[in-house]
Amino acid sequence: MTSASTGRWRDAFVKPSALPGFGLTMGYTILYLSLLVLIPLAALILKAGTLGLSGIVAVGVDPRVTAALRVTFGISFLAAIVNVVFGTVVAWVLARYDFTGKRLVDAAVDLPFALPTAVAGLALSSLYAPNGWLGQFFAPFGIKIAYSPIGIFIALVFIGLPFVVRTLQPVLGELDSEIEEASATLGASRLQTVTRVVLPPLVPAILTGFALAFARAIGEYGSVIFISDNLPYRSEIVPSLIVQELEQNKYAQATAIAIIMLAISFVMLLVINLIQAWSRKRMGHV
Amino acid sequence: MTKPLSLARLRDTAAVLVALGFVLWMTFGAHAAGLLNVSYDPTRELYKDINKAFAADWKAKTGEDVTIRQSHGGSGKQARAVIDGLDADVVTLALSGDIDAIAAQTKKIPENWQSRLPHGSSPYTSTIVLVVRKGNPKGIKDWDDLVKPGVSVITANPKSGGGARWNYLAAWGYAHEKFGGDEAKTRDFIAALYHNVAVLDSGARGSTLTFAQRATGDVLIAWENEAFLTLDEFGADKFEIVVPSISILAQPPVAVVDGNVDAKGTRKEAEAYLQFLYTPAAQKIIAHDYYRPIDEAAADPADLKRFPKLKLLNIDDPVYGGWKTAQPKHFGDGGVFDQIYKPKG
Repeated sequence: MTSASTGRWRDAFVKPSALPGFGLTMGYTILYLSLLVLIPLAALILKAGTLGLSGIVAVGVDPRVTAALRVTFGISFLAAIVNVVFGTVVAWVLARYDFTGKRLVDAAVDLPFALPTAVAGLALSSLYAPNGWLGQFFAPFGIKIAYSPIGIFIALVFIGLPFVVRTLQPVLGELDSEIEEASATLGASRLQTVTRVVLPPLVPAILTGFALAFARAIGEYGSVIFISDNLPYRSEIVPSLIVQELEQNKYAQATAIAIIMLAISFVMLLVINLIQAWSRKRMGHV
Repeated sequence: MTKPLSLARLRDTAAVLVALGFVLWMTFGAHAAGLLNVSYDPTRELYKDINKAFAADWKAKTGEDVTIRQSHGGSGKQARAVIDGLDADVVTLALSGDIDAIAAQTKKIPENWQSRLPHGSSPYTSTIVLVVRKGNPKGIKDWDDLVKPGVSVITANPKSGGGARWNYLAAWGYAHEKFGGDEAKTRDFIAALYHNVAVLDSGARGSTLTFAQRATGDVLIAWENEAFLTLDEFGADKFEIVVPSISILAQPPVAVVDGNVDAKGTRKEAEAYLQFLYTPAAQKIIAHDYYRPIDEAAADPADLKRFPKLKLLNIDDPVYGGWKTAQPKHFGDGGVFDQIYKPKG
């Protein structure tokens, strides 16, 4: 009888499932999230709180901080856009075609996940430096890739690529190619097939990939500081500013910058989520 | 079906055991008895040699083995690691300010640490010099040439690197003398110099890599020992050292972290290790590894000959007023360095 009563108690706020174990898994989830996410973030807010709200605002309107925020969010946004376009192409190729070496290409997509970001930064900067393999072809035209904002962009594209590919791949795999064939036999042009039939169901996944790549780029530190010239107001990213504050033992200021960054990221991710929910409703549930 | 399954299971079990062993080894193996010397970037080579000599000396004196682990990175970052709990037995950093920060925040080092060892706890000194590409294509002879238009300078960010602060202060000292102590003109000079900076790396080693390996910039502002190491590492046929007319006497200090050695029971070894730095044997190594020894008599005359004589300003000179004044004035939030980079208008 007791099990029935706890069952009723549980039904009040959770839909029943055929599998048992809600209490155990929910308890574990809350503990895990608390220890790893919520408590550290709360500590962050507490530390920044020692400055008071006016202190945090003062940090937020500091021209050097706003410049760094612009650089970080602006270039991260651009990099995520580029990743969406080319990541979709890569996912399309991997999901739809068979070719020799496909598994190799498939595995290579994950490399940016595994590579320590500092190593990625060093590799990219040696490649794109004025005397590097690729940089030497641009140097004669006065184009600087490493040690400029373009370098930051390249590093952020590099680390963000797998997110888009890996989110889209399974969705593309489930999409029946028969509907494309149907669309073709019904007289649609190829462009119409792509824009009217293939892309719409992919939009939610594309948005997810975009959000992931964007979020990842915002927090990136290791690869960027190696390939950027790190000049204040021009190419200084927020994480670098945070590290500088820490090295002067200004923990409260550093956390205040972090909080501002978190708040902006949170709002942006929320907006992306809303668009996603909206498009999912409009495009049907995929 | 059963056979491949059990094989797979065996393989999985083996993998788990190997991983577990690895984790255990990483956790406990690394904590073998010994000293941890937390230092800054360009002392890697120096302490490799010193550690070998000290271990041999300790073995001869006491019959005990001692191992010394080294940790290197930007001086400020290293200090923060110790503040945040890295169990360093000794710290050998680029600035006394970094050790002061550890003392103030953790109380693991007494306030008067700098008076515990001779020469303000600095067993060696160094200075800041300029490194240019072979043939000196831009004709750089002194600090003056660094503010000329079209000269691209490589130095680290003084807000994040100890060496970078010495770089900045050396240039400041030169300008101060040149303009007869006119502060506004000195400021403009420094502003012009930092506007020629092409890449602001986070530490001294990063700057060296940018300049030497990535062929970026016309001139690198560097520690004297780092300049010599660059010539050793990348070839004396590629780079030249330019000694400016005035520079700064850099005094990287050392200290025992009392709180940590008492907890670990390594005080005896840690103190002996730092005292060893003052012995003729260590001073000879110091000169050989391109640091300026305080006991020149102990050094090989051939090593000493490599150090040019130049006018060296001291951080305690009135132009700087000691670290306690210079640090907030130049590198604090809103300080001179921040003002230099403030957009006009």
